[in-house]
Parts: sequence; C-alpha cells; structure tokens
Amino acid sequence: MRKYLFRRLAQTIPVLFGISILVFAMLHLAPGDPADMLLGSEATAESVEKLRHDMGLDRPLAVQYVSWAGRMLQGDMGRSTVLNRQVLPEIIKRFKATLILTAGALTFAVVFGVGIGILAATYQHSVFDSVAMLIALAGVSMPIFFTGIAAILIFAMDLRWLPSSGMYPAAGGDIFDLLRHLVLPAVTLGAVSAAILARMTRSAMLEVIRQDYVRTARAKGVGERRVIWVHALRNASITVVTVLGMQFGYLLGGSVITETVFSWPGVGQMMVRAIQARDYPMVQGAVLLVATSFVFVNLAVDMLYAWLDPRIRYS
Amino acid sequence: MKLAEKEISGAALAPERKEVLSVQDLTVSVRSANGLTPLVSNLSFSISKGETLAIAGESGSGKSITSLAIMGLLPPPAVRVTGGKINLGEVELTKLPEAEMQRYRGDRIAMIFQEPMTSLNPIMTIGQQLTEALEAHEDLPRKEVQARVLEALRAVRISEPERRLRQYPHELSGGMRQRVMIAMAIALKPDVLIADEPTTALDVTVQREVLNLLRDLQAELGTAIILITHDMGVVAEMADRVIVMQSGRMVEEGSVDGIFRAPGRRYTQDLLAAVPRMGKGGHKRQSKPAEDFVACIDDLSVRFDIRSGLFGRVSHHVHAVHHVSFDIAAGETFAIVGESGCGKSTVAKTMVGLVPFQGDIDIAGCALGREGRDAPKSLRRDVQMIFQDPMASLDPRMKVGDLVAEPLVIHGIGSAQERAERVRYLFNRVGLSDDQIDRYPHEFSGGQRQRICIARSLALQPKLIIADESVSALDVTVQARVLDLLQALKEEFGIAFLFISHDMAVVENIADRVAVMYLGQIVETGSRAQVFGAPQHPYTRRLIEAVPVPDPSFKRPVEVRPSGEVPSPMRAVGDAPKAVKLREVSAGHLVAQ
Repeated sequence: MRKYLFRRLAQTIPVLFGISILVFAMLHLAPGDPADMLLGSEATAESVEKLRHDMGLDRPLAVQYVSWAGRMLQGDMGRSTVLNRQVLPEIIKRFKATLILTAGALTFAVVFGVGIGILAATYQHSVFDSVAMLIALAGVSMPIFFTGIAAILIFAMDLRWLPSSGMYPAAGGDIFDLLRHLVLPAVTLGAVSAAILARMTRSAMLEVIRQDYVRTARAKGVGERRVIWVHALRNASITVVTVLGMQFGYLLGGSVITETVFSWPGVGQMMVRAIQARDYPMVQGAVLLVATSFVFVNLAVDMLYAWLDPRIRYS
Repeated sequence: MKLAEKEISGAALAPERKEVLSVQDLTVSVRSANGLTPLVSNLSFSISKGETLAIAGESGSGKSITSLAIMGLLPPPAVRVTGGKINLGEVELTKLPEAEMQRYRGDRIAMIFQEPMTSLNPIMTIGQQLTEALEAHEDLPRKEVQARVLEALRAVRISEPERRLRQYPHELSGGMRQRVMIAMAIALKPDVLIADEPTTALDVTVQREVLNLLRDLQAELGTAIILITHDMGVVAEMADRVIVMQSGRMVEEGSVDGIFRAPGRRYTQDLLAAVPRMGKGGHKRQSKPAEDFVACIDDLSVRFDIRSGLFGRVSHHVHAVHHVSFDIAAGETFAIVGESGCGKSTVAKTMVGLVPFQGDIDIAGCALGREGRDAPKSLRRDVQMIFQDPMASLDPRMKVGDLVAEPLVIHGIGSAQERAERVRYLFNRVGLSDDQIDRYPHEFSGGQRQRICIARSLALQPKLIIADESVSALDVTVQARVLDLLQALKEEFGIAFLFISHDMAVVENIADRVAVMYLGQIVETGSRAQVFGAPQHPYTRRLIEAVPVPDPSFKRPVEVRPSGEVPSPMRAVGDAPKAVKLREVSAGHLVAQ
C-alpha cells in the first residue's frame, strides 16, 4: 500500500509540471503584452521596452519559465495588478470559502445521491425507484444558474427562510450563520452531482447485486441488510468513487457560476472578476491552485480505490 | 493417506433411510409477457442422510433452477415457486417467510456454485467470508469463531490455512477457491449440501481432488449431497441415485447402476451414448502416413514481460510457451492437451500471427513473421480458427449469412452472387438450412452457433483449422454431433485440424496425434494409440487417470495424490526454465526425460 502511494505520488510530478507549463503559457499566449497593458495605449515604445526589460519579458521563454516556477515554488505569485496586494494570501482566503462551499455541496450530493441510489436499487421497479429516477433525470438536466435563481426566488425572496447571498451577515456572525448561508448555494451546486450519483449508484448496485458472490452471501444465510450494505455497497463503491472524483472537479468548476449567483466570496467569483479586469497574476494563481487541488483529489481517489479493492494494490 | 484407501464407489456407503429433504410436485415458473411459463414442472424426489443424489441433464433442463428453489434463492420477482412444496425434515421451506428462511440457508442447507472464480467476494478476505458464514447463524466468541474457521479450512485440505485467512480470492487458484467455497458450506455441518456443477470450471486433476474431498467429507459428516451436473462421468463416480431431467421435467429416476446399465428412456440412452469415453476412440480411422506438412513449428517460445517498479522495468517473464516443436501433416488432427495455463491457447494464437514469438513457424510452406500482427493475408486464408464461445465470437448485430460471407468479402473472393451461393452450400454442409441465413446469432442454440462458426472457418477453404476448446461449452449430445461434423469435414475436404482441449476423452476420440503440454512445454507426444495406450510421462498418466469414468462399476485404483498446485510459469529475468529434452521411446512417440 505504501509502495503504491509513493508510486502514485511520483506520478503527480510530471502532471504538476505540465500544469505549470500550461499556466505559464497562458500568460504568454494571451493577446497583448502585459507591459502594453500596464502602460496603456498612450505609452511610448521606449517606455514599453524599458518595462519589458524590467519585468524580464525580453529574456528567452525558458529562462522566464524557470525564474517564474522558482518564485511559484516559494509561494510568490506576484502582486495583483488590480488590488495591488500579494496574490497568494488573497487566493488562500478565497480558496477557503470555495472549499467550504464544495464540501457542503459534496456532502449533500453523497448523502442524498448515494442514499437514494441504494434505496432505488434495493427496491427496483417500485414507485420510489421510478419517482427518484425521474427527479434525478430532471436534476441532471437543470443548469445551475436556473436552479440557483429559482432557489433564491422561492426560499430567500418568497419564504424568507434562508439568506440569498454572502457567507456571513454584513455585521459578521458565527458558524450557524455560516451554515444558514451555505444551504442554498451548496444544495444548488450539489444538486446535479447528487442526481448523477443517484443514477450511477443505482446502476452500480444493480450490477453488483446480480454477481455470483452476492448469491453466495445469501446462500450463507447472511441477512439482506448485510448483503446490501457490506457485500454490494463496498463493491459498487468502486464505481461510485470514480464518479465522485470526477464530480469534485465539476464542483470546483461549477462553483464559478454558483458563487456568482449567490455572491459567495470564493475563488470562482474572484476569478470571474480577475478575468474581466485582466488581472493576470490573480488568474494565474487561481488556475494553478484549482488545477493542483484537482490533481491531489484524483490522487486521493486512487488511494481510495486501492483501499476499497485489494486487487489494485499489487498491480 | 488413509482416505485414499477407502472404498471409492459412493454406492458402497449404504445410506440409512432417514429422509432429510423431500420435494413434492415442485413447479417453478417465470413470469413472461404471455403469462407464467414453467421452468420446472411437477418434480418430486427425496434424499436421505448420507446419500448422494445426482440431478443430470443438459443446459436448460431446469436442474439449477431446482437447486435455487430449494435454497429459496430464485431471482425475484420474475421466477418463483408456483406449485408443490419442499420439506426439510418437518419444516416446509416453501411456506417460510424470507427472514425465517435465512436461518436455514447456509446452516441446514448449504450450496456450492459452479464458478469459484466469481463466487467469492473479491474485496473481502477469505477469513472474513468464512467468519461471516458462521456468525450469520451462531453467536460465538471471537476466538471460537476463529478456531472453527481454521478447522473448516483444514477439513478441505487447504495448504497453510492460517495464511489463507488473510488472503483475498484473487490470490488463490481456482481449485483453492472451490475448496474455500466447500469449507464455507460445510462449516456449519449442514444436513443437505447442494453442489451445482462444482467441478465444471476446474481442471481435470483438480476436479479429481475436489470430488474426492466431497466424498470424504460426506462419509465423515453424513451430509446428504444433491449433485447437479451434466457430466455423466461425475455422476457414475459420485452418485447413489440419479434423476435425469429434460426441459424442466424428470424423465427418469433410479439407482446409478440401474440407469447406466439399463437406461429406460430414449433421452437417457442418447445422453449416455453421447458421453465421450476413454478407450473408445478411433475405431475406424487410420491416419495416412504424413507426407506433406501444413504446419511446422520449430523451437517456438513465447514469453510475456511483467513490468514492475517505478520505471516499469521488466522484472519477470511469463514463459507461456517454451521451446515447443511439432508438425501437423495435411489432413490429420493434431491435438494439444493440458490444463489451464499450460500454454496451449498461446500456441494457437501464435500460429495465426496474433502474438510475437521466437523460433520458426511455417504454415503451408510460408514462414510467419515473428512480430505477430503482420501475418500475410494468404496465411490468414490458409489458417482459420474456431473459438470456445460461439456466442462471443459472432457479431450479434450481423446476420449469420453475412458473418459466414465476411471472410470471402475481406479476401475479395467471388461476386456477390457467387458468395451467396457459397454461403448456402456451407450452411447445408454444416447441417443448417437456407432459411436460417438471414437470422441473427441470438436466434440459434449453442450447437447451431458453433456450426455457424465452423461454416465461417470453412469459407476460405483453409488448409488448417485451429479449434481452441471448440466443443467445451456444448452439451454432450450437441458436442458429439459437432465432433462428428468436424470428423466428416476433415475427411471430405482433407483439412488438417489443430485441436486444443483440456478434455482427455474428447481428444482421445478425435485426434490422430497428441501432444501433452505442461508449464509451456511438451512433455509427451505421439500417436493417439501411443499416448493413451502406453502413456510414459507421469503427468500424462495423471491426466488420464483423473478423467471421471462413466461407468458405476469402475473401480478406481488406489491413487497417489498429486502434490499441490501446478507451479507458476512466471520467473525472474535470467531464470528461464530448463527446456525438457524429449526421448524417443518408439517410432514417433517422444517423452520428456
């Protein structure tokens, strides 16, 4: 198991290298030179040239990359051109908010999606099964901006049960305020994932329930509850975990829209603003962080596989 | 081994007439679009303590459904018991609610399934699965459970039982997994043990061991065994009484001696006549002396790399085929026999250019490139293959006529009309009719599908047909007819066959010459008469002796139990196995030293 972990860790190095190349290239492939942009259209050719030299933009790309990557590794992501603040602390603050939102959405998706999937598989062809799968289909087909706005209209504007935007009340608040603020965006963001998970869990469970070893378990006289929750679910969870890993990436990406709709102060919202303002260091830092966290989520999923399925550990 | 000296015939254990299980008028039906269709109709039988009852029949005869009905494991909600009752002692199982039934299942009645590879949960250790079986029925302290589990594993004679507890199913061989299944089933000393084709998926020597084990355990525990099988050899060796089933009905019931000596019903007679028997092979045939060879295999080796470590360096080789040489003459049937993993299928794949190899392969006077995959088209025309599973080797979305014509299309032979003509001819030749040409594979039975595959392999008029376990998946009566067809085609077209099989009896019936493979090497080769009449190599003898004999009066000689498992063909780089040297004991009969 430890050997497998080290091997997988080693494999992340080239992936992270690839990501850094892409992020670095992003800055240099984007139309318009940063020096041009900073100085505006009125600037003289000499002043642009001077700034280019000061910023190191006239050096060969490889040299620029190495010094850039070196700075990144030391946690120096530069200064935001718009906020004129260090990028890293700003991103970390934002990233925390996004993680809270993603974790909330994931929790909702797992509890409802997996739960409904198991029940639907156990009572296949029942009314519950049909209704749940119909709702799941509707859930998969609904875009976030629609469900988000609908949720705000109903639960925040009409019923006034829950706040519609932000993380805390303007005056600040405690953890319960945070949770109250979290419900709508997390459910909105997690709804599609819950629907996908419900469908995947159901089909994975149905597949597993037909297997010979489930019949063997029943033939041993093992109770139905244990057959479902131990034999079937653990085998089905291999499929479910795969989907879960992919959903995590989707949730990180999906948070861009959700955060905008619910004014959630996360990375997504910040990225949208940074892109609009052409705040390249900010965009760069955010993309780097999101991509890196995605790599490590995948690593965690792989470790989870190995833990779930002993056949993976040795291969 | 004291057990080996025991009287072998099951009939010798005079059963006390104490009825443990009785089935009366059992009807099991499936709900379909047009109402209830019975799968088993009005079946009645009973079984006593210590008795072995065999339920024999071909696929679709309802024998497995019967066993699932007794276990209360019929797949809900479509299939259920619609009539009759099943009694375990005084308890009427068919009336019990599911929660009650669970208490009997695994405790008083246990079951062993056909597929040991898939019948164990892949992500639970052997220990966990055995423990679960005990804990489902008895509330015991942890220590005692552990002791009972070990005792059960020792009872099935598994090596290193303590280590097995921590292992996962994929770390065990098929034979060992089936032992674990048996250990699980007997751990609670059930009254009735249902064994559904318990040895069908196993190699013949492993089958022998598992059958012996079942018999010994029965003698010890007095368990009544319901043995479900299609193999009449296994029936003859194991059963006291036999029920023969056909399409859900019992056609005949009687003592094993009675059924084999004087089968009363036509179906039973046909079934028994179709069983391939050792020592009956090659009555009328005389292979002509070999003049020209269609295939010359010289010093063929195939090895696969196992990579490991961070950089995927080759650390081990699997020596699938190791310095193998043989020739196949025009018009002869050459058979390779051996157990799973001996490399026989790899030889077949290599000969059609699917696997890179070392050595020389000449087919119809044309050398085969060593890298595989680039075999010339003409070679593909001269060599055709028939596989084990006819359903899997026919594209389900193509009409069977198109499937048979496809090789002609690929090689650009004939006009559309000529091809249609040829397909019609081939269909008739393999015993199918013209009006079946436009149907799809799923509309045919297993035997018919294999005929379609044969027709397809004949389309290009090949010089050599490689048949890889081509009759293993078929019922015996169908198997006999397909073997007859192959024999007739061989004589009619002068095609040579490379026949690859694990079934010694089938090989003895069809082959002119035989090679026995073990761990990637040929250990004995010669004419059928030489290999089967005077086997020299101990492995050949073991294979021949392990075959179940479809004759209840046959007394199995006291056997020396084979020691353990076949070693792995995987070896570290640089540690290649030694090539065996073959010695000629008589003309054409070569044996490993």
